[in-house]
Amino acid sequence: MSATASMPRCEDRAGAVRVLARLSGITKRFGPVTVLEGVDLEVRAGEVHILAGENGAGKSTLIKILGGVHADFEGTIEVDGRPVRPASPLAAAALGVVVIFQELSLVPAMTVTDNIFLGRPRTRAGFVDDARQRAEAREILDRLGIDLEVDRRVEELPIAQQQLTEIAKALAQEARVIVMDEPTSALNAPEVAKLFTLIRQLKERGCGIVYITHKMEEIAAVADRITVLRDGRLVGTAPAVALPPGRLIQWMVGRELGEQFPRHDVTPGAERLRLERFSVPDPQQPGAFRVRDVSLTLRAGEILGIAGLQGSGASDLLLGLFGAHGRRVQGGVRLDGEPFAPRHPTASITRGIALLTNDRKASGLVLPLSIAANTTLADLPALSPGGWRRPARERRVTEAHGRRLNLRAAGIEQEVGSLSGGNQQKVVLAKWLQTRPRLLLLDEPTRGVDVGAKREIYALLDALTAEGIAILLITSELPELLALADRILVLHRGRATAEFPRGEASAEGVLQAAMGQSPVDRS
Amino acid sequence: MNPVSTHAAHGWRRLRGEPASRALLALLLVLALGCVFHSDGAFFKAGTHRDALRQASVYGILACGMTLVIISGGIDLAVGSVLALAAVLFSLTTIHWGWSPWLAIPFVLTVGAACGLASGGVAAGWRIQPFIATLAMMVFARGLAKTVSGGMKVSTAVQQADGAYRYVDVPGVFRGIDSRVLGGNLSVVTLILAVCVAVGWVLLARHRWGRQLYAIGGNEEAARLSGVPVTRTKLFAYVASGLFAAVAGLCQAAQEQQGDPEAGIGYELTAIAIVVMGGTSLMGGRGGMGLTLLGMLTIGYLEKILSLNAVPEASRLMLTGVIIVLAVLAQRRRRG
Repeated sequence: MSATASMPRCEDRAGAVRVLARLSGITKRFGPVTVLEGVDLEVRAGEVHILAGENGAGKSTLIKILGGVHADFEGTIEVDGRPVRPASPLAAAALGVVVIFQELSLVPAMTVTDNIFLGRPRTRAGFVDDARQRAEAREILDRLGIDLEVDRRVEELPIAQQQLTEIAKALAQEARVIVMDEPTSALNAPEVAKLFTLIRQLKERGCGIVYITHKMEEIAAVADRITVLRDGRLVGTAPAVALPPGRLIQWMVGRELGEQFPRHDVTPGAERLRLERFSVPDPQQPGAFRVRDVSLTLRAGEILGIAGLQGSGASDLLLGLFGAHGRRVQGGVRLDGEPFAPRHPTASITRGIALLTNDRKASGLVLPLSIAANTTLADLPALSPGGWRRPARERRVTEAHGRRLNLRAAGIEQEVGSLSGGNQQKVVLAKWLQTRPRLLLLDEPTRGVDVGAKREIYALLDALTAEGIAILLITSELPELLALADRILVLHRGRATAEFPRGEASAEGVLQAAMGQSPVDRS
Repeated sequence: MNPVSTHAAHGWRRLRGEPASRALLALLLVLALGCVFHSDGAFFKAGTHRDALRQASVYGILACGMTLVIISGGIDLAVGSVLALAAVLFSLTTIHWGWSPWLAIPFVLTVGAACGLASGGVAAGWRIQPFIATLAMMVFARGLAKTVSGGMKVSTAVQQADGAYRYVDVPGVFRGIDSRVLGGNLSVVTLILAVCVAVGWVLLARHRWGRQLYAIGGNEEAARLSGVPVTRTKLFAYVASGLFAAVAGLCQAAQEQQGDPEAGIGYELTAIAIVVMGGTSLMGGRGGMGLTLLGMLTIGYLEKILSLNAVPEASRLMLTGVIIVLAVLAQRRRRG
């Protein structure tokens, strides 16, 4: 592959392309699930290398491998032509590779200086040399043109400045390969401009930058080369000039829609849910919104798909509707024609709403408890009249759900923590089916689930809609969304940007709307 | 659902992996120790076991409440102070003010529950770390006990208006609590402990509230999103802990025939040790009242065997420390 005209400086200086890091044949499995298979990535000096792909394409896993977070993988990594295998982020940093994750790895209670030198302090006689650290921190920040007080504690700084601290930290470690995972997700426009200036400086200094983003305008602004991943495989690497937005989206999507989605024709029933200008404020940032003025309708027996990339607010829409954001939500909600004010999960459950969250381990399951305990948890008030539990009854309902969902376990007393991902997800589904919901809110119901269980979940959703249950479905797998959803609503940065009826939706159209590409056609 | 594997070895390994089996094993080891170092047959006398159980009872009652709080993912450091407050109030009302036990006991229990309500309200309602919230109550209740008692032991020596002391009879209720039943083979305080364990067990294992408590300790966010009333459920655990601490205070006062505002110092740590010894996880979500009973018996008998063999207290403390670490090490879950 030849160097392109988009990197003149690099070539001018070195005369030839210099490869800083090369990943070859990277394969990574989590249990039975293969998330990366035979992926190659080459980072050159003086380039911004965009890593693109849908959610779940394997971008994060790839950079975690490069950054030493996942030390257990197949394939090889070379840095400066030498084979390496970073076993920890610190080891990767010693090789000059630093990953700046979305969740920043700063210690909030420490100062900017202390954070910059965290892990590799400047010392004198074994003690931290504060004066030297402060001087060096100032020097680094000055060189980058960053205006930052080195003695401020990080927690007092706005997110943008925290991000700059993280970059300064990377430079203090003499990083030559800097990986940024959606660095602009919390930044406003001037801050983004500043970041881009900084990136240009880093390029000139001969650093190689791997940049993950979902935003088209950012790709257009900074990209030199682009690598696209899809379903854990490499689609290809190309110079940015050779990959205009349309082509890029095609690379990201380009997939045949399989036959494995059983979805019967439905005759939607009565209106189950209506949202009018529904908004969810951001609890962390007063005045900001996670979801803004979204209106939608959903009828009994219908599946309304919600598409959106990271930061679209789709999950917050479901959480807000379920009452998990408390009374802060704004706008009109009608459930079965009657006004409904989300305020608390308990109240929502009694109104027949169920929410399957996108992280079953963090917010779906109680891992130390048994299958039976988890299955009955949300319906305990009904299952234990007068407060006293009925173990026989709990066993009966748990076994019934287990049979229906084809749950594979040693017994209903098995701890859910020891189940496979697919079976864990079935327990979450069983918990919500036990509450006899009328409106199911599903956030990534097939995430981290093996293919067999996925197919079973698809069949289940189809069967549930036949019973008249209405489903709001978020999934980042576009083929799944296109096949299962009767209509698709697309969110971008908290706002609805398009709605497609079944048949008119295409992967390209949905992705375009989700990436904030205008013009969008509102149907 | 597929049937449970019936392979014998598999079943045995499973059983061995259960916390209950491991806690039982620890108890059996301690009892075996007693059989070897029986101190001229003293270990085989019924009176020895009665005393071992009696001496462990107050700690055991505290551990019942502690178990509930720990399963919810919290901790209650205030139980020792609440015990002292209860002992002082019980002695004051019955000995000095001549209250009927039918009035004094509900009053003391209410105060104990109120202490739990306060520290639980701070911990669960205001979301202050349970360690801090109950530490504050630990200090506060100790101060209250000293205020109420005037900083002195509340005993049967009652000061008259002229400043002279007059000794009054020990109230009947004290004698009753400190007596024995079943032909002198069982102390009443041990019976009270048994009731506390039974109540705690029923709540944890058979009541909706217990299941919700486990769920909160195991994953608070999942519990909240499953409609569990998190604040109320946690609050009740602290109230129960305060109540059990007050019961322990009644027993303590009856056994000492006085209310000592300095009583129960460090008892909260023994109660935590008992709970941990049983195998209940300090992370919350795992454990149970049966385990706490086993932990209490293990620690109680260990103490008894060491004192039977005239091991000096200094060595006893050091040995107990070592054994707690060993027991918890043995119970560590192996992660596959």
